Amino acid sequence: MVEIAVEVNGRAETAEVDGRMLLSDFLRGVLGLTGTHVGCEHGYCGSCTVLVDGASARSCLMLAAQANGSSVRTVEGLADGEELSSIQQAFKDCHGLQCGFCTPGLLMTVTEIAAEVASTPSRHQIREQLAGNLCRCTGYHQIVDAVEQALDQAAGGGR
Amino acid sequence: MKPPKFRYHAPSSQAEALDLLNAYGDEAVVLSGGQSLIPMLNLRLARPAEVIDLGSVGGMDLIVTEPDAVSVGARVTHRQMEADPDIARHLPMARDAAGFIGFRAIRNRGTVGGSVAHADPSAEWPVVLLALDGSVDLRSKSGARCLGGDDFFQTVFTTGRQADELVVSVRFASRFADNWGFSEFQRRTGDFAVVVAAVACAAGSGGIGEARVALAGVADRPVRCPEAEEALIATEDPQAVAEVARDAFDPVGDSHGSTAHRKQLVYAQVLRAAGEALARRDKGRPDG
Ligand SMILES: Cc1cc2nc3c(=O)[nH]c(=O)nc-3n(C[C@H](O)[C@H](O)[C@H](O)COP(=O)(O)OP(=O)(O)OC[C@H]3O[C@@H](n4cnc5c(N)ncnc54)[C@H](O)[C@@H]3O)c2cc1C
Ligand code: FES
Ligand code: FES
Repeated sequence: MVEIAVEVNGRAETAEVDGRMLLSDFLRGVLGLTGTHVGCEHGYCGSCTVLVDGASARSCLMLAAQANGSSVRTVEGLADGEELSSIQQAFKDCHGLQCGFCTPGLLMTVTEIAAEVASTPSRHQIREQLAGNLCRCTGYHQIVDAVEQALDQAAGGGR
Repeated sequence: MKPPKFRYHAPSSQAEALDLLNAYGDEAVVLSGGQSLIPMLNLRLARPAEVIDLGSVGGMDLIVTEPDAVSVGARVTHRQMEADPDIARHLPMARDAAGFIGFRAIRNRGTVGGSVAHADPSAEWPVVLLALDGSVDLRSKSGARCLGGDDFFQTVFTTGRQADELVVSVRFASRFADNWGFSEFQRRTGDFAVVVAAVACAAGSGGIGEARVALAGVADRPVRCPEAEEALIATEDPQAVAEVARDAFDPVGDSHGSTAHRKQLVYAQVLRAAGEALARRDKGRPDG
């Protein structure tokens, strides 16, 4: 067993975990944060993406023990009470989701991109940036619409 | 799809990590970025008894500029290689190659040392290492040694590293910063490449003095193509170089491409990479 101390969505958490426990299973099973979804468990689908110290990471490709001392942000950490983040709002406005399985991973990926962009990328660039987040439902058009709207705001100084 | 049972170790210094490797040898694996190891654990393709996490070992994520080379710490991430200004200046090929690796979340965590130690035959760092006359610095409890790319990469997932050795850094020569080309074919953005070509040259008296043409996706490890290197020096014609490279290999076909398709990809990638290298050289010339 390994003792870990992690900040998750601003809350300090401590736990004793098995060395082999994945971060995705820690978030979902131990902390009950089931917004982080698990699809493939080998890095390809992107549904488990979270931010670790601000950088996107596959929570299925990290041991919970590796997150010791880090700050983790999950989809549950995006909204402020009932108020959606501007990226979540854009997904809602543009119908950027259907079943919602891929959505948490996409939102976290886009949250990282929004913190870095200086100008709105082209639709082609958006597709390239999202290549690591698979969606089985939407056909991506509305996701790209949502991300375009969100990044346009981010580049213009919005959150 | 969950890792098998193992004991987790988080040494806080390199010396402690080397002690653990010395004690456990074959029973242990090193965990760096985890972007190849953890999928293998999840799929139970690896069943180590001990996992030694380098995450708390300080000082292994430094990029150090030396007179003729850049030394990249084993824990430097793909993302750092994409963004670091010294890499952009001295190893621009490495900066571009980093952008082709997986997706941003993979690049944020995956490391240069992990990639060379893993030795996937179609990975970017091993072929860049061959093109840029690179070497791998290894350390064990009993000493240190340095292996060139030809000695380090042996076959699929197999290197010259001993079980008690740690990859501590990877060194790339900086003399090719103005004369290089890199091209790869991947089926989808983020996938492993089917074929990669990396071309580097340096000026000699009156023309190209040194040429290096390295390929991934044609053999069980990254390889140089001496015939294409000679052709580059002799002809300075990308098309001639690409034809020679295409005819030099008969890569084994698999689900990602038949032999004929891979040969055609070698031609296309070498044509582009050699063309870029020559175009950069010409742009850099005072009369160019
Ligand atoms: C979805 C996905 C897409 C990817 N696409 C690409 C791609 O296009 N191109 C590409 O090149 N790679 C790709 N990768 C792999 C990625 O680049 C990995 O980061 C890299 O192969 C391994 O680096 P790591 O730091 O993650 O090492 P780990 O996964 O931690 O380790 C890999 C192996 O190296 C050993 N090791 C690690 N560090 C050391 C060390 N310092 N000393 C000795 N042994 C060590 C480990 O024991 C293990 O056997 C992809 C991975 C995923 C999940
Ligand atoms: S579940 Fe982690 S990438 Fe698919
Ligand atoms: S909305 Fe169903 S997978 Fe994307």
